Amino acid sequence: MFMARTEIKIGGFGGQGVILGGYIIGRAASIYDNKFATMIQAFGPEARGSSASAELIISDETITYPYITAPNLMVLMSQEAYTKFASELIAGGTLITEEELVTSSNLRKDVQHFSIPATRFAEELGKKMVLNIVMMGFTSAISNVVHEQAMIEAVKVSVPKGTEDLNLKAFQKGYEYGQKILKGKN
Amino acid sequence: MGEDALYTIDNVVPPNPIENLLRMDRIPHIWCPGCGIGTTVNCFVRALQTSGLDLDKVAIVSGIGCTGRVAGYIKLDSFHTTHGRAIPFATGLKLANPELKVIVYSGDGDLTAIGGNHFIHAARRNVDMTVILINNMTYGMTGGQVAPTTPISATASTTPYGNFEQTFNLPFLAESCGAVYVARWTAFHVRHATKSIKEALTKKGFSFVEILAACPTLYSRRNKLGDGLDQMIYFRDHSEIKHGADTKTVALDFQGKITVGKFVDIERPSYQQLMYDHLKKKLGDQYIPSPEMKNVYGKNGN
Amino acid sequence: MHDDSGVLTGAHFIDGDHACSEGAIAAGCRFVAGYPITPSTEIVERIAERFPFVGGVFIQMEDEIASSIAIQGAVWAGKKAMTVTSGPGFSLMMEHIGYAAMTETPCVFVDVQRAGPSTGLPTMPAQGDMMQARWGSHGDYGIIALCPNSPQECFDLTIRAFNLAEQFRVPVLLMMDECVGHMIERVIIPPAHEIQVFKRRYYHGPKNELLLFQPDKDLVPPMVKAGEGYQIHVTGLTHDENGYPNMTVGAQAKLVTRLVNKIRMNADTIIDYREDGVEGADIVVVTYGITSRTAIPAIEQARKEGMRIGHLRLVTAWPFPEKRIRELASKVKAFVVPELNLGQMVYEVERLASGKSKVELVPHAGGTVHNPKEIYAAIKHLVKG
Repeated sequence: MFMARTEIKIGGFGGQGVILGGYIIGRAASIYDNKFATMIQAFGPEARGSSASAELIISDETITYPYITAPNLMVLMSQEAYTKFASELIAGGTLITEEELVTSSNLRKDVQHFSIPATRFAEELGKKMVLNIVMMGFTSAISNVVHEQAMIEAVKVSVPKGTEDLNLKAFQKGYEYGQKILKGKN
Repeated sequence: MGEDALYTIDNVVPPNPIENLLRMDRIPHIWCPGCGIGTTVNCFVRALQTSGLDLDKVAIVSGIGCTGRVAGYIKLDSFHTTHGRAIPFATGLKLANPELKVIVYSGDGDLTAIGGNHFIHAARRNVDMTVILINNMTYGMTGGQVAPTTPISATASTTPYGNFEQTFNLPFLAESCGAVYVARWTAFHVRHATKSIKEALTKKGFSFVEILAACPTLYSRRNKLGDGLDQMIYFRDHSEIKHGADTKTVALDFQGKITVGKFVDIERPSYQQLMYDHLKKKLGDQYIPSPEMKNVYGKNGN
Repeated sequence: MHDDSGVLTGAHFIDGDHACSEGAIAAGCRFVAGYPITPSTEIVERIAERFPFVGGVFIQMEDEIASSIAIQGAVWAGKKAMTVTSGPGFSLMMEHIGYAAMTETPCVFVDVQRAGPSTGLPTMPAQGDMMQARWGSHGDYGIIALCPNSPQECFDLTIRAFNLAEQFRVPVLLMMDECVGHMIERVIIPPAHEIQVFKRRYYHGPKNELLLFQPDKDLVPPMVKAGEGYQIHVTGLTHDENGYPNMTVGAQAKLVTRLVNKIRMNADTIIDYREDGVEGADIVVVTYGITSRTAIPAIEQARKEGMRIGHLRLVTAWPFPEKRIRELASKVKAFVVPELNLGQMVYEVERLASGKSKVELVPHAGGTVHNPKEIYAAIKHLVKG
């Protein structure tokens, strides 16, 4: 009964930039890609402590019901998030994980799984903090939910001033790795 | 001039010297015979008259209660607000237009029971206002109930067997919260009170004047203390002027000694001065204060 | 960057709380007093950050009672002012909504509703304050309440709230909810010159002719601010045109009737609702706030199955569109009223339907929004019945 749309869940632990990651996808879609986007953060006690998550809907049409009900894209950056959320992904959905932080044991057969050592890439770039942007670059390449250029624009205006170049490099790193993986799969 | 004209009321009774600041169309007032509130209003108006303030820029704010009616009789911009909330209303008034001199005039129950939280925070912030508190040790308007200011052992309608609650020492409360000016007088000390109010009006920051006033109808009578005049005699005979007294030592008890005087007179930047200076320092030229704020607080070369 | 008037023109991806702050700034609000409370806190946080750049004064007061009266002091000093809260704080503010109504102090109260009663679910949505918004203060008075359903509307309706407050000299209540407040979506802020801002009407006549509460034809008196030499008197007591206490049966009837009538008689210009497929519908779903979005998938599904379903969405909850509901009551079979409470606005619909059509509530105790299936089930049930 619901319109076709991309429903995204992003999860990880505090300090990884989970919310900013989701925010960048939403901002890219709604400001730079002429789409509709609705983002909801997890608030309250669940937003304190170690876990963080965001929900995002991207659609070509006006978004009415604002929560995700059948996520078809998940970006998970911690084992806890994987354990908590992975089962909610719909059959045929896309699962993206941080390769070294998530052990995808008992992985479902009915989802497409992609992983990236984003933390290591971020460290190689000189700042572990940009792992979320590496993840977003990777997600952008894999899912194509928002155009690459829109994502780049959103990264530029959403990261702290003075860190734009580093973050764009991080995005590129993730994006290229994603394209490589896709080629390998095809 | 005919002989009759010599004896008209106008000639016999000189005009009330504080008439120009009273809403004469609202007189007679509601206060009982012997009540001390009217006396304090006289002190207040005389202080205003000689204060040199631009009276168009003076606003008075009251809460609810017998003293809460003062705002309604004073010919200034005057606000009769809700019970206990004169101080936060005055805070908004002052912050929105710092060119106004803002006076809060209310009673002990209004300002220190229901409004106690606002009292301590306005003093802490040093919001630029003068608070004149008339302490009649009871709730007059509602019929003489116990107040935070009722002395121990005094009888009130809700303490029919005598009060056993600790009494607020208001000068100590005001000083410990940060008031820059604290004085206490009684309705007997009209000249002192007038002078103190005038001084308080010229202070920058939270200035506080407590004036004890008799409530003959509901406090004195219930406690067998006679009428308004008897209370005046008590104020005269039991007051001791001690300027600079340690406010810890000026607590009141039932018909005991009353320490009066000016207890605190210090300088401390007001809330808005601090706000202005701080934001100017942090944000530099990007800080855009309201025109009124710039006018009042931008002059100190900061 | 904002322009000279403080308006942050452009396309933004922000939540409803922040959009509300921007709406207030765009509407000319320059005084905000508030006390932190989830889920409204982001509004005052953004105000605290933005106000130093636009000539505004923000103060975090000691509680919501203080906040809700400090703004009224600021209004009488000539500013446009707002306070912001959620359920428990809203309860504390009730006396001052009455004071604003009685003294005709134009100001805006924002309530980002969470589930109650008491502390309830601080981080989760509800619409449980709708009747409190209308009737929460004692006595008779009129107010206006608006219900945004998106961050964009949090911006737009905050501006409208200020405009209505000024136009009718009433407290206007912006009834948001946690979902709308924390939801991030695109918000388009137009250039300042395209934003309509109602300028406060002031009395400029001679002092001796001033009657502070003498209304114009629209039943609204012009304002006078402190510091202009008019020596005004404002009281929460029943008063005459002069503003002086007048505690008589006659003065009470005259004043309070006008306070109620100035909303009633101007209701047509205040009321705003959106209709979709209402003409010819068998069933009309009446919604407001976030529920106006959660109901849409249900309505679409029912229509797909051939049911004739209309959607009437209240943008203004108060005053309630009595005329329109009455009209529809004799045309439709039933109304379906989904609410994030156990029945509040549904009483208005029932009153106006007065037995001519069925009224079915789709209740929800709050904590999340309706599953559209619940609303669909109610529609289907009525169609079958």
